[in-house]
Amino acid sequence: MELQHNSDMPLLGLYLKAGTSSNWTKLPPPLFSKAVIMLIDALRDDFVFGSKGVKYMPYTTYLMEKGASHSFVAKAEPPTVTMPRIKALMTGSLPGFVDVIRNLNSPALLEDNVIRQAKAAGKRIIFYGDETWVKLFPKHFVEYDGTTSFFVSDYTEVDNNVTRHLDRVLKRGDWDILILHYLGLDHIGHISGPNSPLIGHKLSEMDSILMKIHTSLLSKERETLSPNLLVLCGDHGMSETGSHGASSTEEVSTPLLLISSAFERRPGDIRHTKHVQQTDLAATLAIGLGLPIPKDSVGSLLFPVVEGKPMREQLRFLHLNTVQLSKLLQENVPSYEKVLNLQSRNVAHPSSGWSEVDHLLLLGTVGHVLSLGASSFVEEEHQTWYFLVNTLCLALSQETCRSYFLGDSCEPPRAFHVERHPEGAIVTLRESMGDEGAEPVSEGEGPSQPKTRRGHKQWAVLASPWLVLICCRLLRSLNQTGVQGAHRPDFGHWLTSSEHKVQLSGLAALSLLAIFMLVQRGCSTVSKAALALGLLGVFCYRAAIGNVLFPWQPDNKSITKGIIEARFVYVFVLGILFTGTKDLLKSQVIAADFKIKTIGLWEIYSGLVLLAALLLRPHNLPVLAFSLLIQTLMTKFIWKPLKHDAAEVTVMHYWFGQAFFYFQGNSNNIATIDVSAGFVGLDAYMEVPATLLTVFGTYVGPVLWASHLAHFLSSATSSGSALRCACFCYALICSVPVATYIILVTALRYHLFIWSVFSPKLLYEGMHLLITAALCALFTAMDQTGHTRMYMKTDTLS
Amino acid sequence: MKDSDIKKLFYMHLLCIFSIILSTFIPSFFLENFSVLETHLLWLCICSVSVTAINLLLYFVVKPNVSSKRSSLSYKVARFLKCCIYFLISCLFLHVIFVLYGAPLLELVLETFSFAVILSTFTVVPCLCLLGPNLKAWLRVFSKNGVNSIWENSLQITTISSFVGAWLGAFPIPLDWERPWQVWPISCTLGATFGYVAGLFISPLWIYWNRKQLTYKNN
Ligand SMILES: [Zn+2]
Ligand SMILES: [Zn+2]
Repeated sequence: MELQHNSDMPLLGLYLKAGTSSNWTKLPPPLFSKAVIMLIDALRDDFVFGSKGVKYMPYTTYLMEKGASHSFVAKAEPPTVTMPRIKALMTGSLPGFVDVIRNLNSPALLEDNVIRQAKAAGKRIIFYGDETWVKLFPKHFVEYDGTTSFFVSDYTEVDNNVTRHLDRVLKRGDWDILILHYLGLDHIGHISGPNSPLIGHKLSEMDSILMKIHTSLLSKERETLSPNLLVLCGDHGMSETGSHGASSTEEVSTPLLLISSAFERRPGDIRHTKHVQQTDLAATLAIGLGLPIPKDSVGSLLFPVVEGKPMREQLRFLHLNTVQLSKLLQENVPSYEKVLNLQSRNVAHPSSGWSEVDHLLLLGTVGHVLSLGASSFVEEEHQTWYFLVNTLCLALSQETCRSYFLGDSCEPPRAFHVERHPEGAIVTLRESMGDEGAEPVSEGEGPSQPKTRRGHKQWAVLASPWLVLICCRLLRSLNQTGVQGAHRPDFGHWLTSSEHKVQLSGLAALSLLAIFMLVQRGCSTVSKAALALGLLGVFCYRAAIGNVLFPWQPDNKSITKGIIEARFVYVFVLGILFTGTKDLLKSQVIAADFKIKTIGLWEIYSGLVLLAALLLRPHNLPVLAFSLLIQTLMTKFIWKPLKHDAAEVTVMHYWFGQAFFYFQGNSNNIATIDVSAGFVGLDAYMEVPATLLTVFGTYVGPVLWASHLAHFLSSATSSGSALRCACFCYALICSVPVATYIILVTALRYHLFIWSVFSPKLLYEGMHLLITAALCALFTAMDQTGHTRMYMKTDTLS
Repeated sequence: MKDSDIKKLFYMHLLCIFSIILSTFIPSFFLENFSVLETHLLWLCICSVSVTAINLLLYFVVKPNVSSKRSSLSYKVARFLKCCIYFLISCLFLHVIFVLYGAPLLELVLETFSFAVILSTFTVVPCLCLLGPNLKAWLRVFSKNGVNSIWENSLQITTISSFVGAWLGAFPIPLDWERPWQVWPISCTLGATFGYVAGLFISPLWIYWNRKQLTYKNN
């Protein structure tokens, strides 16, 4: 099914949904009282619209350019032979090649068609011309004169046989439809080709006949006061050798001219010739004559024909066409419902789903990559990330607003809307359908959900981007970083100064509590206990090394290295990580549901959080807490309700991970690496553990966000492809900046700041790439084992 | 939609652009050492006032929407007061957004606020003139397929381009070129101004190019 009118698309989906239940299927009155169809065999489009038309068909050209008419180039489907074309014109369906064989011996047409409908409606039809029609529609015409098309060498008699009746018939008024099929032009083509001088003569003859019919119709109209319709068309074109049957452009392009006083145009109204399908004529004729559209018609109403009507009637005509098409679809496509859903989704997202957020994500990534070429942008990279993350939050806020304010307006049933205010409803419905994909919350929750609860959640959805923005702003003032801002006073320095130890202790305790509250919800009871003890251990460790105050601590207690406390925490970290890994393995060996896998991933994630809490300096514990808070907010109120896809979520995780890298006080300068993380719980310097701990301590942000991503995707979607897609996106988005940066650095190797700015950044990027590679390898391994399990499962089943 | 409407729109926009240009050059005849960069705040004030004035003037002269059914004086006053309140709220709202974007909270408050004022002059004042203090209409205009006339269409374009200009104006701030215009918020205000001017130029042209495809509910 092909739809030519883009403007109808949203309406189509709407009507498919609005359903056939409404009483709109009742037929409207006819638009035209009489119709004359003048079919000229083998009339090619350029005979009318080209230079030949201007030269030999002056009256037609005048009507086309200035008169009350609509002109189209109608594309005929091959085979371009007369009989299948007549069928296509009258049934609106696509005849197959079998009809070529039947062409010589045409049996009566069994399919539903305009002629049959017209006869059933009591219309009186007169036919003169090619006798194929008489064979196709026996007993349909009240008067007819068939001329045989067998004597191809004759091109005057065949047409005179048609024209001789004309004067008499036009004078009489006792008919409703007059069909004339002129064969002469086709015969000339077969004899001497499209460039023969005979063609010109024939076209002039046809032009004068058209003029005769048109003036007669106009004079009739003056009596009856209702418009008539005159259709000039060809059944097929003519190739350069004058034959037809194949599918070259010359053979399939035919003119289609609809002339009626109903198409009156204002001065200055320029109408362009549109390209349509030949099959569209059947539906248009049926609607024009107030008949049911033939059942098998695949054409769509030629919209200009009804353009002059009031909006309500236009809608009604489109509705009729749509109901007929959807019935046809229902009968012929077994998976109709599926197709329908697909259709309405296409209607909902005409631009293939690239939202503003997607554009922002793409542009932001490109902008960041480009910014790496300037030394000051490398020095101040945190600014770039903060800026991008803020903009992302605003874009998300816009998205939530749109889904909230416009998604709500489609609550009442749609059919109702259409019935009441057809004009205003189109716009509202179009809007609400446009946002259907982003319709918030309601879908997963079901309609039984109490309204107040839903209202709360809506408000939470609306507020969460702003909360995230506020969190980011607070974190930003916690640690000043970069070159220009490093010396500025910040909240972190204020906290670490010795006179504010009490405040620091309070904040650290609060943050640890918040971390526990946010992380415990996904853990098993054992891990919950381990987590609580571990976080307590973190505080004890910080108290032991003198960073924070412990409430019941004797004042004179000397400061130790806190080795016991730190190792106590390590034990819990390893324990939680081990439980998580065990759960993961279990989910892969035993064919259990995804729940265990999700829990296992969350436990690994919480183990990492605990380790991060131990390694981060106490004034950075709020960074960790806020990171968890943002993750929770985004998961609950943004990603799940707004149904972002895996790629979008991945890029957002990456951006937040990068932002948190800088929130914790890192920069692209080697000096900001916190080496103390490498000595936590160690007596002396041990190279391997110290390096690992330092690296983890530095890259806490990206690592935690990546592991959160893994958990989110495995919990939100049950399909394995999401994780694979995310893994691919993550690898791509990490490696593109590195690759570009290496090229840039190679180009800038004689730059003044190569050692002070560009090389440290290269080191950071290299390390980041290594971590990403490790994470991606882990993702893939998990995914792979998941797949083997699936195959094993199917094997045992079969 | 008629071509004459587009022409009218174009001339109105030219007037707006002209008012911005005037506000940068005229004061230097009356005030000593006036320049856009040195006395930035003063320029912002003058520019904001002149753009608001020209918008109001054009609104009263052209009256693109003739739908004021009630025209009692008290109604008009209430409407005007509501507009003022909306303008103030939008300034505060933008100020909050700038702070969230990283503008200093306590220092340079006046500078940040004047940036908020100029940006809301470029965006909210035309909205108030055209749509009035009617949040539903605002939502409609700034949602997809919601515009009803070329005035609303051009409003959409100028508003978006002003915001994008301000957004792009923030990029040069971290660069170490040490230029006077890199100081907060000069690059952003300049960006917003250029964005607004560009929007004023582009919107009639864009509407002119797309006049075939554009269909409005009312016309
Ligand atoms: Zn033929
Ligand atoms: Zn032929």
